[in-house]
Amino acid sequence: MPPSEVAGQTGKAPRVGLFATCLVDLFRPQTGFAAAKLIEAAGARVEVPERQTCCGQPAYNSGDRADAAAIARQVVAAFEGFDYVVVPSGSCAATISRHYPALLADDPSYAHRARALAEKTFELTAFLYDVMGMREVKASFSGAVTYHDSCSGLRELTVRKQPRALLASVDGLTLKEMKDADVCCGFGGAFCVKYPDVSNAIVAKKVAAIEDSRAETLLAGDIGCLMNMAGKLKREGKNVKARHVAEVLADMGDEPAIGEGQ
Amino acid sequence: MSLSITSPAFKENAALALADVDLQQALTHVERGFIEKRRKAAEALPEFEALRDEARAIKEHTLAHLDLYLEAFEAKAQHAGAEVHFAETAEDARQAVLAICRRAKARTVTKGKSMISEEIGLNDFLEENDIAPVETDLGEYIIQLRGEPPSHIIAPAVHVTRNQVEQEFRRAHAGLDPERDLSEPVSLLAEARAALREKFLAADIGITGANFLIAETGSSVIVTNEGNGDLTQILPRVHIVLASIEKLVPTLEDVSTLLRVLARSATGQDMSVYTTFSTGPRRPGDPDGPEETHIVILDNGRAEMLAGELREMLRCIRCGACMNHCPVYHAIGGHAYGATYVGPMGAVLAPALFGLEKTANLPNASTFCGRCEAVCPVRIPLPKLMRHWREREYERHLKPAAERGGLKFWAFLAKRPGLYRLATRLGLAALSRFGRQDSYASLPFAGGWTRHRDLPAPAAKSFLDQWKASR
Amino acid sequence: MSAASESERRRAAVIGKVRRALADDGNGDARRAAVEERLSRPRPNLVPARGQLTGEARLALFAEMAEKVSASVERVASAEELPEAVASYLRARNLPSELRMGADPRLKALPWDRASHLEIKHGPSDGRDLAAISHAFGGVAETGTLFLLSGQENPTSLNFLPEHHLVVLAAQDIAGDYEALWARLRAAEGDAGLPRTVNLVTGPSRSADIEQTLLLGAHGPRALHILLLGEG
Repeated sequence: MPPSEVAGQTGKAPRVGLFATCLVDLFRPQTGFAAAKLIEAAGARVEVPERQTCCGQPAYNSGDRADAAAIARQVVAAFEGFDYVVVPSGSCAATISRHYPALLADDPSYAHRARALAEKTFELTAFLYDVMGMREVKASFSGAVTYHDSCSGLRELTVRKQPRALLASVDGLTLKEMKDADVCCGFGGAFCVKYPDVSNAIVAKKVAAIEDSRAETLLAGDIGCLMNMAGKLKREGKNVKARHVAEVLADMGDEPAIGEGQ
Repeated sequence: MSLSITSPAFKENAALALADVDLQQALTHVERGFIEKRRKAAEALPEFEALRDEARAIKEHTLAHLDLYLEAFEAKAQHAGAEVHFAETAEDARQAVLAICRRAKARTVTKGKSMISEEIGLNDFLEENDIAPVETDLGEYIIQLRGEPPSHIIAPAVHVTRNQVEQEFRRAHAGLDPERDLSEPVSLLAEARAALREKFLAADIGITGANFLIAETGSSVIVTNEGNGDLTQILPRVHIVLASIEKLVPTLEDVSTLLRVLARSATGQDMSVYTTFSTGPRRPGDPDGPEETHIVILDNGRAEMLAGELREMLRCIRCGACMNHCPVYHAIGGHAYGATYVGPMGAVLAPALFGLEKTANLPNASTFCGRCEAVCPVRIPLPKLMRHWREREYERHLKPAAERGGLKFWAFLAKRPGLYRLATRLGLAALSRFGRQDSYASLPFAGGWTRHRDLPAPAAKSFLDQWKASR
Repeated sequence: MSAASESERRRAAVIGKVRRALADDGNGDARRAAVEERLSRPRPNLVPARGQLTGEARLALFAEMAEKVSASVERVASAEELPEAVASYLRARNLPSELRMGADPRLKALPWDRASHLEIKHGPSDGRDLAAISHAFGGVAETGTLFLLSGQENPTSLNFLPEHHLVVLAAQDIAGDYEALWARLRAAEGDAGLPRTVNLVTGPSRSADIEQTLLLGAHGPRALHILLLGEG
């Protein structure tokens, strides 16, 4: 829905809670700043609640349902007062919007609150494009990029056209699609450290596809996947830079790339 | 006798698979072939997505009334002259087959492709009892010669290269001209066809699986492309069908709907070549067909799956699309899973059939990329069901202590935002003092990551701290 | 315990386990009624639009789909012309003028003497026949599929053992979808239920088990030739 129709916010910019994600917080602060800049450019106000840590995915995907639920309750409480929750990660956004309702379904004081939060939680580019109706950004970037569709964003949230449409408006940027852009990069959270050899075989194929695209920059919407691919590109001595898509859209594409110093 | 489960050695199996040049060459065919064929077949049928919903609904309805459909099927099959044998366990099923073989004084048995036969380890068991089983599906024949289990539920020899088939045929068919040309797949096929034609005509008993059992008619249905399953079930005097309880489907119309999604999901065909409905033994005056039909219906842990969220797994119609689209399967093939059923469907089914203790690696060895669920013709939420097993593993304290401890420590902090903030601030500062780099080629405690890739360095100051300072 | 009671015990154990696992799925009477309803009045589910064509479009789709899976389709105007069509099929492929068939009256009634030198053998195949002919119960346009029924006059082995399988299909017996043929079969067989074997055949035998290379003639016929008889 367009911002003007937000309940109780008629004529006023909606209030967005930015859920930065633990990886952006610790590894890639400029993705957080880029996300905030884009949300504001789309006409919303941004706040970054201090009582955020992680969405709980590590516990949830390791079978520790009790801790995952406890973390979910904490996120619900910290973010339910906002008009929207925006997340610069398809995977963390999907955890909140697709999995919290199931995770807290049996908790009478949280079940409906989790469902309400799920409905107003969006992946960043989906929020900009689908909710705020943003169709172009004021940014320039010289060179060819290729875009990797991270699995959760693509398959749980159908994020596919939104980042590409916004990238198309960046001055000087050309998108060179890689083969199998929709295939997993082999990150999988704990999977990549638990089964490093299998994960390596998968990311090696991804790196080959990235190289074949002849793009100089790799973009994606999830820092986890990007760290995996950037780490492999670096280990193999490939001259491809990796960035979160938000940084390019926010015209911050000249800052150091992932793994290139701060 | 029990089936050998090598899943506890999954990591070692996977490392061997990754280093196996022949296997890696063979696996490229899965990734390139099946995916493209399925995509084309699905796109060519506008109703495909709606048919998936119907297929799912048919199986859901059947499972919710499974006791009644089993009884209805049994009555119809008996009426048509078949004998129905229920088996609670793999051992019950093996004994039921052996008793039929003994009564028929059988020495040789031809076999159509059956995953239930693999699940109960039937071939080894028959051999121990001096009955010679001959696999007749080309892929199954190849792996029987190689002494291997299948590595894929519909393409059992997908891990074998043409060269390896040639070597195996030269060894197994030693009576033939050693100078013969076997350089093309077509000559290998011709040789297998001739070798197996004799076996079909000589066998005492034919054993097939069943893709479906139809309650309305008491029929078993097999779906094949080669025709071997049909020769197996019409030529010998006795036909044994091996099926499990979840193969039930109410009516011929329901089967028709499932057939519309089965082959398209599996091989990208609109319909497999031979879909055969068998109802009882030959009728009076029939010129061919078996004189006896036996249907063995196996439980082996499935009934318990009906009671909880694992019921969804029993919708599976064994098309193999989940493994065809799985990045982990593409990397290591099927044998590394080590538990008969492989790929995403195996990761959910194997723990239920063979115990989580032995198979806990399988539901963990997934990136949860969700491609399996996206292509499953009956929309089984495979990642969710793999998570189900991870939760049971966590509850039963089956995870390594270090992993559990690390997870607990992290969760302790993540549940306390103030403490988490302080800990990350201290951690980032300590790492800065340890020596700042843009990325790390190795780090203590991060060996799993840095073994194959660099670790981009954390920030000097967290986003939240920087944000607070900037506002 | 006797073998019979042991098998009875296993039956009760399996069905009992299933029943207990389904205890939360509602009361017995409603469930029983739902199953009886479904089994006694089978209803088609969604049928794709391509299965609902009529007339010449249906015939054309049948031929197109059958040829797509490497069957050959030959239109034959009248039954009298069938023997010569068969003979010329064999000649064109340099096959001996020998043909295996069952005792199907529709085939027996054909004027086989009009095709010179065609040697006809009756009964099931011994595994050495090069060519056999059957008469289909019907065809399904949706996928170019033949329905072949076993019976006193129709050995099933003819569908699988010979290298060349020729099948006569009356154009008027082509349905749009499988469901139409199931309904027709139920009406034809009545309380007898299905024949021992119903073969749905879609193209000639094939295998892709060696490096995913598709090859025809794995164990069954290398060639499937459909003689489409008359008008729709």
